Amino acid sequence: MPIAGYVIIGVVVVLLIAFLILYNGLVRLRNQVKNAWAQIDVQLKRRHDLIPNLVETVKGYMKFERETLEAVTKARNIAQQASSAGAGERAKAEGELSSALSRLLAVVERYPDLKANQNFLALQEELTSTENKISFSRQFYNDSVLRYNNQTQMVPSNIVASMTGFKAGEFFEVTLAAEREAPKVSFTQ
Amino acid sequence: MLTIGMGALLILIGYFLGLYFFDSATAGLVIAILVWAILSLVGYFQGDSLLLSMSRAKKIRRDDHPRLYNVVEEMKIASGLEKIPDIYIIDDPALNAFATGRDPNRASVAITSGLLQKLNRDELQGVIAHEISHIKNRDVLLMTMCSVLLGTIVILAWYGSRFLIFGSMTGSRRSSSSGGGGGGQIIILVVALVFMILAPIMAQLIYFAISRKREYLADASAALYTRYPEGLASALEKLGTSTGQLKSANKATAPMYIINPFRKKGMKASDLSSTHPPISERIRILRAMAGASFNDYDQAYRQAHRGEGVIPTASIAAETVPIATMKLEGEAGELNEIQRARETSDVMWRLSNYNTITCDCGAKLRVPPQFKEPQIKCPHCGRTHQI
Repeated sequence: MPIAGYVIIGVVVVLLIAFLILYNGLVRLRNQVKNAWAQIDVQLKRRHDLIPNLVETVKGYMKFERETLEAVTKARNIAQQASSAGAGERAKAEGELSSALSRLLAVVERYPDLKANQNFLALQEELTSTENKISFSRQFYNDSVLRYNNQTQMVPSNIVASMTGFKAGEFFEVTLAAEREAPKVSFTQ
Repeated sequence: MLTIGMGALLILIGYFLGLYFFDSATAGLVIAILVWAILSLVGYFQGDSLLLSMSRAKKIRRDDHPRLYNVVEEMKIASGLEKIPDIYIIDDPALNAFATGRDPNRASVAITSGLLQKLNRDELQGVIAHEISHIKNRDVLLMTMCSVLLGTIVILAWYGSRFLIFGSMTGSRRSSSSGGGGGGQIIILVVALVFMILAPIMAQLIYFAISRKREYLADASAALYTRYPEGLASALEKLGTSTGQLKSANKATAPMYIINPFRKKGMKASDLSSTHPPISERIRILRAMAGASFNDYDQAYRQAHRGEGVIPTASIAAETVPIATMKLEGEAGELNEIQRARETSDVMWRLSNYNTITCDCGAKLRVPPQFKEPQIKCPHCGRTHQI
């Protein structure tokens, strides 16, 4: 065979290997995104499960907070219904739930008996931690999506991505202000 | 880079030893690498269990200390680790924490009971994030290998120099066997001797440099995971005020801890002979961060050092990562230090199989495992309790 033949074979082999490496990299990132999404899912479900328990424990102590409690229960039910929806809609419902919850936890300050209740303290730790886990899993999910999207859009992996049908992922955005700013209710008028 | 330097030192030692004793450099190399490989294997397979049993750490489950467990789980999620590491508490009033485990799926974090009761949730999160970063960055494996490398160099150099001195005093067998090369022989001998003395010191310095670099990287990762550098900074501040030395630590395990367990008061900044960067500097860098990304940490580090950064360029991404301005757990339900101390001592008693009964009068009865009676009387108010 002439030299050119070997060169062509060599180039093809190199291209093939490069293709495989890029493809595998994309698959790994896509799986990471999927895993991260599953993790958010687990934590959101955990929060939905905790809330009836919390409402039950708190009810006896909080005679005058019917509305706050109902708002939490309602937000939870809406969020639970939205769990089969897309990332955008879901994030909105969960954001509502977060702010309803933080309103509830803010008024707890008014009930010293409740704050001494062991059961409530344990629940509160679980809830705080679940909130954290939700935001950390969202953070990891968004980081993963960013990395994955970068790979699908940057040369040369974007060629592989468009050839094999990798689509960009959707971020899980919560309007940060609404969620992070736990409303500070002032009781001293 | 530095690791390669250490490896080169080992190879050079082997080379000289072989040249002198066996007439062949290869034999020396083989011996050096064999010693290193055997020690490495021991370190690889036994390192974590050795470290944990040496520090008398007690493993906890979720129910033993929900807050600690939750914080570890949160950081596991933030870092994207696949499996939650085992959690241990060391019953020691000194303030420290460490991570161990050769691969991320079989790792452990340990924290002293003293530190556990001293830190609030944000600070605990920072410390655990630092330890999880060590696991995620595979620092444990790296530092184990490096310390084994260091150990091998020290051992070989020690024996090598003794043999060289002894050999030259009694008129070595080599001078007779290699005929006319007497002058060259002496030069080799002197060079080898000087090298044998310098090598362990150089290896030690390199080892410290690697360790410090990994500490900075773990701090940067902790800031990235928590999005809250202040948590770790204020934890380090608390750690910095204590000078209690950890009873169970030793030199080999020192780089695994969050702060140097042998630290003395007022240790000099930029100390070359320390496994950890000075705490004040770590705090300063964390507090100078404009965002929470690696890039921000690198900028802050450059500012403090007027020079090159500490984060490998490959892992610096251009994206901006804002710092979380407010932590949710800062408000309701945060335990104060007394409550945390009670909580921690409850856990420690339970882990040593004591039964805790809270009497209606407020007293807490600790029932030792040897106690076999069905009932116990409260010494404070006289009520009887079933066990």
